[in-house]
Amino acid sequence: MSGAVQRAISRPAAAAHASGGASARAWRAIERAFDRVFQAAENPWRHLGALAFFFFWIVAASGIYLYVFFDTSVEGAFRSVESMTNEQWYAGGIMRSLHRYASDAFVVAVALHLLKELVAGRFAGFRWFSWVSGVPLLWLTLASGIGGYWLVWDRLAQFVAVATAEWFDVLPLFGESLIRNFLTPEAVSDRFFTLLIFLHIGIPLALLAGMFIHIQRVNHADVAPARALGWGTFAALLVLSCVRPAVSQDPADLASAPQAIGFDWFYLAFYPLVYAWSAEAVWILAGTVTLGLLLLPFVARRARAPVARVDLANCNGCARCFADCPYAAIEMHARSGARRGQKMPVIIPGLCASCGICTGACPSSTPFRSNRWLATGIDMPQQPINAVREELERKLPSLRADRRIIAFGCDQGADLRRLEEKGVGALSLMCIGMLPPAFVEYALRHGADGVLIAACRDGECAYRLGGDWLKQRLAGVREPHLRRSVPRDRMAVVSAGAGEEASLRGALSGFRDRLAAMPRNEPRRSSRDKLARGLAWREKAEHP
Amino acid sequence: MTQTLRFIAQALLYVPFMVLIGYFSTEPAYRHLDPGEALVRLSLSHAGSRVSECRQRTPEELAKMPPNMRAPLDCPRERLPVTVELEMDGVLVYRIVSAPSGLRRDLASTVYWRRVVSAGAHRFTVRLKDKREGDFNYVKEIAVTLDPGRVLVIDFNPGQGGFIFRL
Repeated sequence: MSGAVQRAISRPAAAAHASGGASARAWRAIERAFDRVFQAAENPWRHLGALAFFFFWIVAASGIYLYVFFDTSVEGAFRSVESMTNEQWYAGGIMRSLHRYASDAFVVAVALHLLKELVAGRFAGFRWFSWVSGVPLLWLTLASGIGGYWLVWDRLAQFVAVATAEWFDVLPLFGESLIRNFLTPEAVSDRFFTLLIFLHIGIPLALLAGMFIHIQRVNHADVAPARALGWGTFAALLVLSCVRPAVSQDPADLASAPQAIGFDWFYLAFYPLVYAWSAEAVWILAGTVTLGLLLLPFVARRARAPVARVDLANCNGCARCFADCPYAAIEMHARSGARRGQKMPVIIPGLCASCGICTGACPSSTPFRSNRWLATGIDMPQQPINAVREELERKLPSLRADRRIIAFGCDQGADLRRLEEKGVGALSLMCIGMLPPAFVEYALRHGADGVLIAACRDGECAYRLGGDWLKQRLAGVREPHLRRSVPRDRMAVVSAGAGEEASLRGALSGFRDRLAAMPRNEPRRSSRDKLARGLAWREKAEHP
Repeated sequence: MTQTLRFIAQALLYVPFMVLIGYFSTEPAYRHLDPGEALVRLSLSHAGSRVSECRQRTPEELAKMPPNMRAPLDCPRERLPVTVELEMDGVLVYRIVSAPSGLRRDLASTVYWRRVVSAGAHRFTVRLKDKREGDFNYVKEIAVTLDPGRVLVIDFNPGQGGFIFRL
């Protein structure tokens, strides 16, 4: 890019500020309502994936305890579970209930997580891998839970075993019918329970491996809920385990069929369909849903936005872009022809979200550089950092008001264009994480009385980490810092998500009042001014 | 909202979560069979006769074969399909011609059929044919009284005389 004349590729502003469909808005409304009580960091609706991981660990820990006392035999399976439930209700009973309820909560968290990503449209493009790798996890989740029900060997286990065999028998996979293993009480052997426990440990391990793969393309993945949320959900499950402990039904008896069965609808909801419709129909439904989910990212494929570009002439290999990329789209490679140990960022186009957070992380993105064309180490073709500086420089002198405010916002958050008025110059970035902190200082030194930064609500960043990184940079705990000398009272950071323009307007009004109580901010000279003067002189000389 | 109020509100919001998990973990009960119903299962795994008779190999043929493979009989692998019929109270309720399994159709034919029936007295007649010619070579009839929820299993084992009724 260096030296080349580069034009910003026009960004589809309307699309950028689309706040999603009705379902996405409804989901956001739920999240925001819960924010009032839990705050974003502890809001369960904003950390469904982390909760799923947390529930998995509860299930694993309680399962290890139960395994110690479980007897892998036809007679012993039911007896040992009963013994744990009744004779050591205070330990085994609680563990069993936690095992059951955390498994159910896992299904709820996974289902809501899937639904949330679906309504938010986060399944195509660079996210396809996370989406597709999540689909087999649904099957593994069901298989893990259903296998657990077999082990109790009560009436529910009997129903599940028989129904599963009848469901699978319609597939031409097995030479012998599976159902023949459950025709009579004598058909079930102790070895069967050894196989079951093997599966009930093996499949969840495969699930865990799948979960690990699922988050591979996500940097700083949210896999652990905030402490308060973790303790809260754990306490809820514990209370539930004490108030309504999980118990077995009557022991399995293959000579008779269970009539009314207490049913875990989280895992077993589709079993009644095997009998209400047919086993074949349920396979068709399951296959269609699975295939539909797998193909969704490819069917809903959109034109890819241009990805980040590295300009090695302006890159010192500091790896801040690598550290800040939310989707692991940047790798640091050895730089050929440079001093030993020096590295350079390499973009993996398929993983790049085109968010621009890397540009905000680059120390070369400072607008104080005196180059006529502000070239940075890593830039976005559709909104180069030079275009942002040009827009800022164009807007600053055009502000006509007693208090001049520059507002930086995010294409994904509240629509800044509605704020623009006489004294306010609004600049919307692809993500607020794209804003290099030096732009705040630059705006203040060039005549702005205040800088308002409108980030998305906490936990609502479309690119996960843009708002967090920006706030950390402004607070001086993440590179590049906002310099300490910048007057913080002339800066305001507001959280305003999509559709929250009214709240943003209110915050702007409050900020303006605050600035009104302060003296006007006088422009200060910078190296850029020298360049501007030089350019003006040349312009005058060439065109007198 | 103060910290205390937030904690109280959080605690209250955990209640619907507990109710959701606690309730749907066991409720509502699923009714698999109505009180006056029983279940009949017909299940068998049986290989039909070979599609043609075994043939005695000639000494010349045997001589051409490797010593370890000189089996005197040359038997075709493929099996005939098995035909099964089940009558309940004089009405034919199930009939199947089950093809042998296996890529070379040389494995057992499997049959599985289940039906929910009303509890009470019933008469069942079950027939099986595993040969090319002739009528059904296995036939058995039974009159049973099925209690509600009971499972009648109809199995087949030629070594034990054919059909086996387990109740």
